[in-house]
Order: sequence, then structure tokens, then C-alpha cells
Amino acid sequence: MSDATTSEIRIAGFGGQGVILAGMILGKGATIFENRHATLVQSFGPEARGGSCSAQVVLSNQPIAYPYVARPQVLVAMSQEAFERFAPDLAPRGVLVYEEELVKVHDLRPDLRSFGIPATRIAEELRRRMVLNIVMVGFVAAVTGLVGIDAARKAVLDSVPKGTEHLNVTAFDKGCEYGRRLITGGPAGEGKA
Amino acid sequence: MQADRIGVLTGVHFIDGDFAAAEGAIAAGCRFAAGYPITPSTEVVERLASRFPFVGGLFIQMEDEIASSIAIQGAVWAGAKAITVSSGPGISLMAEHIGYAAMTETPCVFVNVQRGGPSTGLPTLPGQADVMQARWGSHGDYGIIALCPNSPQEAFDLAVTAFNLAERYRTPVMLLLDECIGHMLEKVVIPPADEIEVVPRKLTEKKPGEYLPYLPGENMVPEMVKAGMGHRFHITGLTHDERGYPVMTAAAQEKLVRRLVDKIRLASRDVALYEGRWLDDAEVVVVSYGITSRVVHRAVEVAREHGAKVGQLRLKTIWPFPEHLIDQVLGGRVRSIVVPELNLGQLVLEVERVVRGRAKVVPIGHAGGTVHEVGVIVEAILEAGK
Repeated sequence: MSDATTSEIRIAGFGGQGVILAGMILGKGATIFENRHATLVQSFGPEARGGSCSAQVVLSNQPIAYPYVARPQVLVAMSQEAFERFAPDLAPRGVLVYEEELVKVHDLRPDLRSFGIPATRIAEELRRRMVLNIVMVGFVAAVTGLVGIDAARKAVLDSVPKGTEHLNVTAFDKGCEYGRRLITGGPAGEGKA
Repeated sequence: MQADRIGVLTGVHFIDGDFAAAEGAIAAGCRFAAGYPITPSTEVVERLASRFPFVGGLFIQMEDEIASSIAIQGAVWAGAKAITVSSGPGISLMAEHIGYAAMTETPCVFVNVQRGGPSTGLPTLPGQADVMQARWGSHGDYGIIALCPNSPQEAFDLAVTAFNLAERYRTPVMLLLDECIGHMLEKVVIPPADEIEVVPRKLTEKKPGEYLPYLPGENMVPEMVKAGMGHRFHITGLTHDERGYPVMTAAAQEKLVRRLVDKIRLASRDVALYEGRWLDDAEVVVVSYGITSRVVHRAVEVAREHGAKVGQLRLKTIWPFPEHLIDQVLGGRVRSIVVPELNLGQLVLEVERVVRGRAKVVPIGHAGGTVHEVGVIVEAILEAGK
């Protein structure tokens, strides 16, 4: 996309990690709560769990004709395979966001910025490993600014099952907080490669 | 007639094409669905099954696709608007009953979320290789309407249209999504109920004894009844007369089948939905439908940046094939028509038939599993413009 307001994102990991839902929340935040436009194209295999899974998300202030992502500005890698496969496609000066206990980052191009988070461990500390994707969404919103924090939080609330709102918002806020600390010069600061 | 407010989820949504098609069906007044799950269409019936209890609808998971495709026709004769949903392998099983709906003039909607084929092919990946099946899938001569949305929004809009056309022409209508559109999420704006036009079933006002169930009316379409109105007659897939009784003669066949084919042929201009872009100065026109049209959108932009005089004709209605649109395009200075599709040459055959040598027709086949690369289409456009 040539339009400056357009961002392309790829979120990738294993089936069962909530990869598609993470993308859906970003798209919902942009469309419903920021009145912008978004597309999400999903790729997955026939298996429900464990196979590789990825979402291509385009966000824009304009209607989006072409929903596919070739050179994303942001890659969210939730598995080693996702990193190996998609990191080379990142656009110049792109951003890698990764699950730091599942992805060993290596040979990263010097023009890229990267931000890691132990999303699975944070989710486990909340006693529900399955909210790791929501932790990741909070983190992505904080470090990339692709979608406003408020819009993303509303999209989380709008997307999760009734009765799990508190858990999910807590997960979102944890991810968000971790990201904010990172970009304001916390323990693993911006520019780490 | 306006849509029943109870079925219309007015507002802004971020949903996939499958969900949007289901919402469009409900908005159009569909209250019965029967189906058997198959990727990538399952989300359509999941949505229907979860929403129907709130709108007074009924979903039945049947034992297979054959049963599903006839259950909906029972529901229609009982007065409901009804839908069944599947993907290629399931549609193949439904083929017999698509013909039955055409022959008995039972208005209903078949959704096919196309995946890669033939056979079980590629369950989670896209294809557009069922477009000829949509036209000719059942045996015998008949006409059919098929619509191809290229976004979740249009899956909603065209689901409403599919029901409206089914009622207007008393015909089965195929809503042909592809896996990309079915599984793609995008903003869908569902308007207020009073802004959605819904075509009600044209029920006869004639009394039992006066009513002839297959007497052609407006647009060659007979008036209908529903069970419980007091009419007794025969509904059969056999060749029948205006009373509905089987008549095994060439004369009855000629009269009935010609009308079934003609009523759709003559509707061609009225049901032809399309979108044109940059057609005024075009020397090359790309004809496409479904997800491929969104790849073409980009390719046309790139080719124009390279100086190509190229335009885009996107077909939302592929059956009956809108011959007049191709004729209109050829009225200009068009020298070549490029036809990319996710099959190895299906709708391009119709384009070639209509063009009759008046321009060069360039097929860009793709076996499916993903979409075309933009560059491939750009290259074909530039080559065709030389």
C-alpha cells in the first residue's frame, strides 16, 4: 500500500494460540472503535490445533482494495517457525514483535526494531495460558501504536466470551504495561536486535 | 417491502464473509436453514444456528448435503424463505436438488463457499472453479442466477439480493463466495431495517379450483401458494403441465423447459450487477469476479502507472452471463480482454463466446490455493496493450 495511513501487519504462530483472534481484535479496534478500515485474511491448515497459522491484517484510513500483505511493517511472531518464515519479509525499518520465550531471534536485519515479551508466562501468571494472545494484543498496541489503546481494549471486551471480561482486560493491560515500560527505557529497551 | 426489524443487526461490524452472508440471509427474511458442515462454509451455518433462536428461525443439521438441499425446499413450500450452505464437494451432492428447485420453481438460496477442487481438493484454501458447476451442476436444461461478492459487505448485500431474486423469478439462486471472501474479516455496515428492500413471496389470491400452480404470470413466473392455504396439487420433478401434473410429451417438455430457460435469459439485464472502473479510455479491460477482482484492482492501478490504458469490469452477477456488458465494453476502443480467475479457464469461455473474435481474449488461469500474484496480471495487461 502506498498510502501513508496504511499499515500492513502479519501475525503468525500455531493454531490454538489465538492468532486469528488477535488480528480480529486489532481490526475491530480500528474499524468499529476508530472508524477506520481494516481487512484480515487468515491462513491455516485443516488441523484445529498445532499447525501453522497466520493472519494478514491491513489497517487504513481509506477503504482497502487489496487485502494481502507482502512486506508488512509489523510482524507479530508467536512461534519460531513464524519468525523464520516471515521475518525476512519485513518492510525496511519494520518492527518485529515476538513471544520471547518461544522465539529465539537471530540474524535480524539492522534496519529493524524488535520488541519481545514473555506473553505465555504472563498469561500463565494470570492462571489462564489461553489469554496469551490478549497479552500480545496489549503489547502490540503499546509498542506499535497501530491501534489506539482505548480502541483495542474496547475491541477485547467486544470479542471475548461473557464472564471472561475481567480476565481478558487484565491480560490486555499487562501486555500494554510491559510494552510501555519497554519503550520508555525499561530492562529490554527499544532498538534491541 | 422493508425488512423485518427483528432479523436486522443494524450497526457496524467487523466480521467475515461467511457471517455476513448469514446476516444478509436473516435480513432478507430467511428463517430456515439445513446443512451439513464443510470448510470453508461452516461459519455461515454456525452464524445462522446461533442467531435463529432470537429471530424465530430454525436450523437443522441434516445427515448429509442431499437431505439438506431437499429439506429447504420442503420449508419453502411451507411458506418459509430457506437456505442451504456448502462447499464444492457438498454442492456436488446437492446437484440433483438444484435441478429439482429449478424444475419445481422453488425459490431458495444455495451458498457455495468455493475451495480448491476437484474432489475434496484444498479445504482451507480458495478456488473459483465451481462457476461452471453453478451454471450446469444439475442435469437437463434450466436457468439459474449466480452472484459473486468480493467483500464481506457485499456478501451481506448480495445475500439479500439472492433471496429477492429467488422470489422474483421463482428460481434457485447460487451465492458463490470463495474461501478468501468467506474467511476474510472486514467492516460490514448493516443498515436499518427500513433501508433494506425485501421481495415478499408472490402468493396467489385465486381460490382453490381456480388456481393453476404453473400458469405463467408476470415475467413468465407463476404465482405461488404455501401449505395450509387450502390448495391441493402435485409438485413434481417430472415434466408437468400448468396444473402441476406429469405429462410425458415432447410438447409439454418444450413448453415448460423453454419457459424455465427463457425466464432467466430474459432477466439477464435486470439481474446484471457489476462495477466498472476506468472503462472510458480503456484499450484493455480486465474482467473478473470474487476475490480475484481485488487483486485485479491493484494490478490495474500498477498497470496504469506504467501507462497502460486499462479498465476493470467486475461482475457481481455471473449467471445469467451478462452478455450486454461485454458488448458495451467492446463498443469503445477495447482491443483486448484479460480474464484472470482461480480456475484454468471457465468464465473466460463465456467472454470468448460473446466477443466472437471482436477483441483478443487473454485467459490467466490459476489452479487455486491462493490468489494470483499482482505482477502476473500486470504483465498480462501490459502485453495485451502492446
